[in-house]
Amino acid sequence: MDYRLELRKVSKSFGEVRALQDIDFKLGRNEVVGLLGDNGAGKSTMIKIMTGYYQPTAGQILFSGQKIEDLTVPKARQMGVETVYQERALAELQTLWRNIFLGRELNNKWGLLDVKKMKTETHHLMTQSMGFTSTAVSPESIVGKFSGGERQGVAIVRALYFDAEIIILDEPTMGLSLKETEKLLSFVRGIKAAGKSAVFIDHNIYHVYSVSDRVVVIDRGKIAGEFLTKDITLDTLMEKMIHVAESGSLD
Amino acid sequence: MTSQSNEIKTSQSIMKNLNLRRLLHTYGTQFGILSVFFGMWIFFIVMAPGTFLSSRIYYSFMSTIPFFAMIAMPLTVIIIAGEIDLSFTSIMAMGMVMFILTYNATQSVWLAFIVALATGLFIGWLNGIIVVKFGIPSLVATIGTQFFWRGAVLVLSQGRSGTLVYTKETLLHPLLVGKIGGVFPVQMLWLILITVGTWVLLNRHRFGAHMYLIGDNANSAELMGVNTGRARIMGFMLVGLVSAFAGVVTSLHVTYFWPSLGEGYLMRTLAAIFLGGTSVFGGVGTILGSFIGAFIIGAIEAATVAIGWTGFLTQLIYGLIIVLSVVMHTYLGKRLT
Repeated sequence: MDYRLELRKVSKSFGEVRALQDIDFKLGRNEVVGLLGDNGAGKSTMIKIMTGYYQPTAGQILFSGQKIEDLTVPKARQMGVETVYQERALAELQTLWRNIFLGRELNNKWGLLDVKKMKTETHHLMTQSMGFTSTAVSPESIVGKFSGGERQGVAIVRALYFDAEIIILDEPTMGLSLKETEKLLSFVRGIKAAGKSAVFIDHNIYHVYSVSDRVVVIDRGKIAGEFLTKDITLDTLMEKMIHVAESGSLD
Repeated sequence: MTSQSNEIKTSQSIMKNLNLRRLLHTYGTQFGILSVFFGMWIFFIVMAPGTFLSSRIYYSFMSTIPFFAMIAMPLTVIIIAGEIDLSFTSIMAMGMVMFILTYNATQSVWLAFIVALATGLFIGWLNGIIVVKFGIPSLVATIGTQFFWRGAVLVLSQGRSGTLVYTKETLLHPLLVGKIGGVFPVQMLWLILITVGTWVLLNRHRFGAHMYLIGDNANSAELMGVNTGRARIMGFMLVGLVSAFAGVVTSLHVTYFWPSLGEGYLMRTLAAIFLGGTSVFGGVGTILGSFIGAFIIGAIEAATVAIGWTGFLTQLIYGLIIVLSVVMHTYLGKRLT
């Protein structure tokens, strides 16, 4: 099978601490994979390796079967990876348009910015994708003044704008209201409907179960097991998670 | 009909109010500093009309303020990125020492000028490396390099001053510190050029966009693929380059080099920047604010004397204006957002 993204025997150490050990992970085309695990299990480290933010200590990363050496954030983006980070990666004192194009400003070969185009595009995204209809919000609005849901909207719209093939969502429901969470989950379903792939990380097992095709359980830096959601009930998955948390394995 | 037209009027007035709020929100800092500027100007004119209604004082300001105002521009950029460079005063002098040594060896003022600028770039690069690669806070690192390069200036010059009269015979002198029409100082044109150039870099170039992001949230910038280290090193190099340039301009203006060159500029340059609304915490600041801030700071000394107050009051007034302005910026910032 041709996978969009594959980790082969990936390990990551920070000094003496082994955050990940021999991780084998695959993400298929048009597939949503949920990553579950306790705090400190290694979920965030794993996605930071997928996005090129961390370089693995050992192992390989493949995109569409092609091995990529020295993956960096810009290189991962070229391969079509976009991330909605747990911390949302927003610059809160800056305007909406600067945040949408953060690190990927539209500029000419001399590095001069096309500010007008970035503002126009932001206005379009604001009204069409984020549903901001209030006249009080403009591309010049400061992001730090937005609500949690609106900020998450900015992070998601930013990921979508650049036409990503793989969207990674790291704890995207954190700090969201019930209504905002439902909106977010329908957005994740929309990713799949659009023929793209996603990795969805969340503490909330219900959220992960409801949107994922497959669930991968990670514990203490290792893959403890994986299940197709169509083959397992939510209750059984809950039981297995509790077992993993207690014993460190599914056996 | 009447109620409909009333509704339209109300919604129009809401829109106007919103537009005004948005405008104030976007340019609040600039409005703040501009109002301080005009307020003080009117005060000076009322208190000392003889001085402030004559053009002479303004030519005098345009002659001396550019020496430190030039450096305030790239320094604003590095402060927006959440860093600071206190070594620029020593870079001014070190660039000039290299200027003199090169001239003595080659008799070429042009080569001397290029070497002085290259010295500034190199010291800026070194500051950047110490801060970025070794992770030393820039406040501490540049206190260290300020002493180091001042020491180097004293060792290399043996503490001696020196004349630069020979530069008067070259084109470099009128090009940097000449007077257009016998009155308009050329260094003012250089200040305008540096101000516009830095404005473009900060507001219309990817480099400036990254400096704002780094100062606001360096972690987010890194997650989004911004090379924060390289951008900061370039920021320090820019400060180094302009500081060395300002050192040459200041020395050529008086055709004299003295080893303590630049020492008086530290506080007033930083004061101009903070007065202009740049946040010491990074992420916020404008070039226009620093430009106006520099002229306010530069005018206070002359104004206190012209008004007939004792010169001892200058520093007290500096302090008062800076504290009041910063409080005002913070208050406006909270109100408008």
